[in-house]
Amino acid sequence: MAFDLFLLEVVISGLMTGVMYALVALGFVLIFKASGVFNFAQGVLALFAALALYDFLAEDGWFFAVFGFTLPVWLAIPATALIMILLAWVIERAVLRFLVKQEEIILFMATIGLAFVLEGLGDLLFGSDVKPLDIGIPQGASDWLLDNFNLYVEKLEIVAAATAAVLVTALAIFFQKTRVGRALRAVADDHQAALSVGISLDKIWVIVWSVSGIVALVAGIMWGSKSGVQFSLSLIALKALPVLILGGFTSVPGAIVGGLIIGVGEKVAEVYVGPLVGGAIENWFAYVLALGFLLFRPQGLFGERIIERV
Amino acid sequence: MFYRENGQFKSSYSADQAIFPIAQDRVFVIGILLIAFCGVPFVINEYWANAILVPLLVYALAGLGLNILTGYCGQVSLGTGAFMAVGAYASFKLVGFFPEVNYLILIFVSGLVTAAVGVVFGLPSLRIKGFYLAVATLAAQFFLIWLFNKVGWFYDHSPTGMITVRPIDFFGVRVTGPEATPAAKYLFTLTIIATLTLTAKNIVRGRVGRSWMAIRDMDIAAELIGIKPLQAKLSAFAVSSFYIGVAGALYFGVYLGSAEPLEAFDINQSFYVLFIIIIGGLGSILGAFLGAAFIVLLPVLMKNLMVGGFGVASGTAGHVEILLLGALIIFFLIVEPHGLARLWQIAKEKLRLWPFPH
Repeated sequence: MAFDLFLLEVVISGLMTGVMYALVALGFVLIFKASGVFNFAQGVLALFAALALYDFLAEDGWFFAVFGFTLPVWLAIPATALIMILLAWVIERAVLRFLVKQEEIILFMATIGLAFVLEGLGDLLFGSDVKPLDIGIPQGASDWLLDNFNLYVEKLEIVAAATAAVLVTALAIFFQKTRVGRALRAVADDHQAALSVGISLDKIWVIVWSVSGIVALVAGIMWGSKSGVQFSLSLIALKALPVLILGGFTSVPGAIVGGLIIGVGEKVAEVYVGPLVGGAIENWFAYVLALGFLLFRPQGLFGERIIERV
Repeated sequence: MFYRENGQFKSSYSADQAIFPIAQDRVFVIGILLIAFCGVPFVINEYWANAILVPLLVYALAGLGLNILTGYCGQVSLGTGAFMAVGAYASFKLVGFFPEVNYLILIFVSGLVTAAVGVVFGLPSLRIKGFYLAVATLAAQFFLIWLFNKVGWFYDHSPTGMITVRPIDFFGVRVTGPEATPAAKYLFTLTIIATLTLTAKNIVRGRVGRSWMAIRDMDIAAELIGIKPLQAKLSAFAVSSFYIGVAGALYFGVYLGSAEPLEAFDINQSFYVLFIIIIGGLGSILGAFLGAAFIVLLPVLMKNLMVGGFGVASGTAGHVEILLLGALIIFFLIVEPHGLARLWQIAKEKLRLWPFPH
C-alpha cells in the first residue's frame, strides 16, 4: 500500500510539474498558431516578466528608486502585464514587421536573437542575482491532504494548476467567443484570406504577442515563486519544447496534455529509472519520450495533420 | 572592367565545369590561399592564433558541416554542440588508445565516429520534418552531453570530469597543448580545413549534393523523380556530422586544449553554429567562412572597444555584448536574410558591370 501511495505521489507531483511546463508551452502555441513563428524567446519573456514584476514589488528596484514606493501585488501584476503588452508592440514594430514574408527558419533565428537581447537587457536593468519572488502564494505542503490522505503535495503546485485551468478557460473563451479571438483564428488558418476580409495583421500580431506575454507572466510568477527569479528561468523554454512537439505546435489542448504526459513521464522515470543509470536524466528524458511519440504521430498528438502536395 | 569573363573561352568540358570558371576568381582564391599558407604563419603571434584565427577556422568548419545538413539538405539541426563533443571525445579516447598513430588519421577516424552517431540521430528525419525535427535533434544534444558527463570512461575517470589534450606531435612538430607554437597550430588547422572545404565544394556540386538540394526544395517531388530520401537524408547527416566531428576534435585538441562537456559543448554552441550559417548564408560554402568571421570577430571587437575604449566594467560589458549580438543578428536578418554570401554575390555582380552599370 505504501508503495502505491508513493507512486501516486510521484504521479501527482509529475502532473503538477507538467502544468508548469504546459504554461510555458502555451505561450509558444499561441504565437505559432497565429503567426507561424517558432518563438524561442518565450522562456526569456517569462524571465523578463518575472524580473519586471519583482522590480515593482521590491525596495531595491528601479521603481522604488524613481517613485519612492513599491506597488502592492494586485497593482504590480497589471502593471507588469502592461509592460509585456508594450514589449509585444515594440517587438512587432522593430522586428516582426520587417520579416513578414521570410522563411520560418529566419524568423526562428530572429527570435533567438530577440532572446539574446532580452537576456542582456534584463541583466543590465535588473542585475543577474537570484531574486526571491513572493506574491503571497502559500508555500509548503498542503496540510489537509497530508493529514487525511497522507499525500505530500505542494500548495504552490495546486495554485499553479488552478491558475492554469483558469487561464486555459479564459483563453478558450477569448478564442471562441470574442471578435478578436475569431480574427486570431482566421489569421491562423490563412494569412491572405484574413487580410482580404479586412483583418489587420499588424494588430493581430501585437495582440497575440501580448497574450503570450501575459501567459509568460503567469509562467514567470509560478516558476519565480518556486525557485526564485534568476537566469535559469529562461531555460524552462527548453523544458517546454518536448511538450510542444509531443502535443503538436498548433494545439492548445495539446500543450496541456503534452505537459502532463511529459511531467508524469519525467518524474516516474527519474524515480524508477534514474538511479539505475546514474541520475540527472530529466534533461533529456522528456525529449526521448516526445521522440517516441513523434515516430508514430509526426505532427504531435493533437497537431494539424501535415498535408503536402507537389 | 577588371572582373569580367570576356575573352575567356572554354574549349573542354572540364574547363567549363571548373570550380571557379572565371580566371579572376581563380587568381583571387589562389592569392588568399598563398597569403594564408605562406604569409600569415610568419607574422602570427599567440593572441592572433588563439583568439582569432584558429577559432575562426574551427567554427567555419563546423558551420560548413551544419550548412551541408541545413543549407543544402534542408534538415534543421540543433545538435551541433553535441556532435562536436562526439568528435572531441572520440579524438581524446583514440589518442589515448593509439598514441603512436598519426594524429591526422585519428582526427579522421573521430570524424567517422561522429558520422555514425549522426546517422543514428538522423534516423527520425525520415519521419519528422521541420521544427519537429529541430526539436528532436535537441534530444541528441541533451542525451550525448549527459552521457559524456556521466560515464567516467569517456573522460578517463579524471576527478574534475574534464578532458585535457595530450601533447601530440605531427611529423615531429608539436600541434597541441601549451608548448605548440601558434604557427604550428594555425597551419595544422588550416591544412585540414582547406582540404575539407575543397571536398565539400565538390560534393555539393556533384550528384550527391544535387540530391540533397532536391530533398531540401521539396522532398516529395524529389522522391518522385527517383531520389531515395533514406539515402539522401542519411548521407547528409553522415557527411555533415563528419565535418562537425572533425571541427569538434580540432576545437578541443588545438583550440581549447581542455574541455568540460556542460560548458564547451552546450546548446549555445549549437546556436552559435546555426547563427554562423544563417548570417553567412544558407547553402553557401563561402557563407560558413563569412559567418564564422562575423561571430568570432564581433565579440572580440566589442570587448576591445568597450573594455579598452570606453572603460566599461567587464561584467556590464558581457551583458551589453550579448544584447548587441542579439540586436545585430536581428538587424542582419532584416537587412539581408540570405546572408553575407549573398552580399558578396551582389558585389561581384556590380563589379562585372562596373564602370557602366546600365
